[in-house]
Amino acid sequence: MERIPILKMGNYLLVTIQVDMHDRLAMTLQDDLTAKIVTHHSRAVLIDISALEMVDSFIGRMLANIAAMSRVLDAETVVVGMRPAVAITLVELGMPLKGVRTALNVEQGMALLQTSLAARDREDAPGF
Amino acid sequence: MSIQTSVLGEVISRDQDGLLNEWIERQMASLGSRKEHASAAQLREQSRRFLSALAGAAGKGETDVRSQIYGPTREMLEVISTERARQGYTPGETAMFVFSLKEPLFTRLRSRYANDAAGLADLTWEVTRLLDSLGLFTFEVFQKGREQLIHKQQEEMLELSTPVITLWEGILALPLIGTLDSARTQVVMENLLQRVVETGSMLAIIDITGVPTVDTVTAQHLLKTVAAARLMGADCIISGIRPQIAQTIVHLGVELGDVITKATLADAFAIALRRRGLSVQRREGARAQPASAAKPGTAPNGQEAEE
Repeated sequence: MERIPILKMGNYLLVTIQVDMHDRLAMTLQDDLTAKIVTHHSRAVLIDISALEMVDSFIGRMLANIAAMSRVLDAETVVVGMRPAVAITLVELGMPLKGVRTALNVEQGMALLQTSLAARDREDAPGF
Repeated sequence: MSIQTSVLGEVISRDQDGLLNEWIERQMASLGSRKEHASAAQLREQSRRFLSALAGAAGKGETDVRSQIYGPTREMLEVISTERARQGYTPGETAMFVFSLKEPLFTRLRSRYANDAAGLADLTWEVTRLLDSLGLFTFEVFQKGREQLIHKQQEEMLELSTPVITLWEGILALPLIGTLDSARTQVVMENLLQRVVETGSMLAIIDITGVPTVDTVTAQHLLKTVAAARLMGADCIISGIRPQIAQTIVHLGVELGDVITKATLADAFAIALRRRGLSVQRREGARAQPASAAKPGTAPNGQEAEE
């Protein structure tokens, strides 16, 4: 069965969506990603959707869901590389993905995750 | 089909030159002050070709001006109408081209049917209907020409009014001028997002100093643009909010959410620079204004004192 690869890099998980998403693929990705966060104790997830040309409300909801699920598992999510047409579509669909963090490209997304992880470490440190 | 209409063709052909002269005289009279601008030779040529086309079509006995037979006649009228629309003629002056033909034409018909009152009445009715249809056709073409012009101007306005400016590396500005409707917002949004991708900018300042009024629809459009930019990973700052507009926004109950808003573009730029970890500083020992740039007699002391 077709699957979207999830790469582990230290504390991070990298997901690059390079094919057109269909509903089954999205559900599989959700399952795989949550499972990997738990097994690898990952602290951050970066989803690159720069190759994604079309979205519908289901895919939009899936992105929001993945972000929410990761947050429950204590991992930060950032979605990077959204195309203008995709962004406009999502806004017109009434899905501004309020809870999802975004960045222009992988580099900026990584920087965002690093600073926010560092900030969380500082917050947690005095407790220990 | 009508036999009388074919008589019309005959009447026109028999004394075409005389008819043409009288007609052009009437046209010149109706043009009034535009007489100097109109080229007499050109008018004569156009009128002559129209008359031949009309005589040819009417000679076949056809009464429907939308039919194939009137193709050349309509073409002539189209050329004349479009030309006059561009030269700023009024629709009435344009239509007079056809309507002024009635009088000289009817005089000729009357002399031909001197002894047949019923025949004359029938033919007059036919010819009136024919010429009126042609007159209306010039109106339509004239109107279409004007509409095309307006449409083209609208498109040009859209292109003109949505520039995206790079203020600094990673900082874009979008100065909006004029009323924001749905069509314009779409263009603005696409332009901005495209530039965000091209330049990799993390910050965009939308300046609404030039937007005369903000209603709920405009605010909605602005928020959509901000949301779309955020989805791509760029933050937006809305600046240039005038006091009245701030009041309107609150009175309308528009919820701007967590969008950063600033009163002036300068404030927004300052916050954008800070976000990028940049700052603007005056050089040590530098004067506020270079001495060469300052006009003699105006000392730049006041500005230096502020620092």
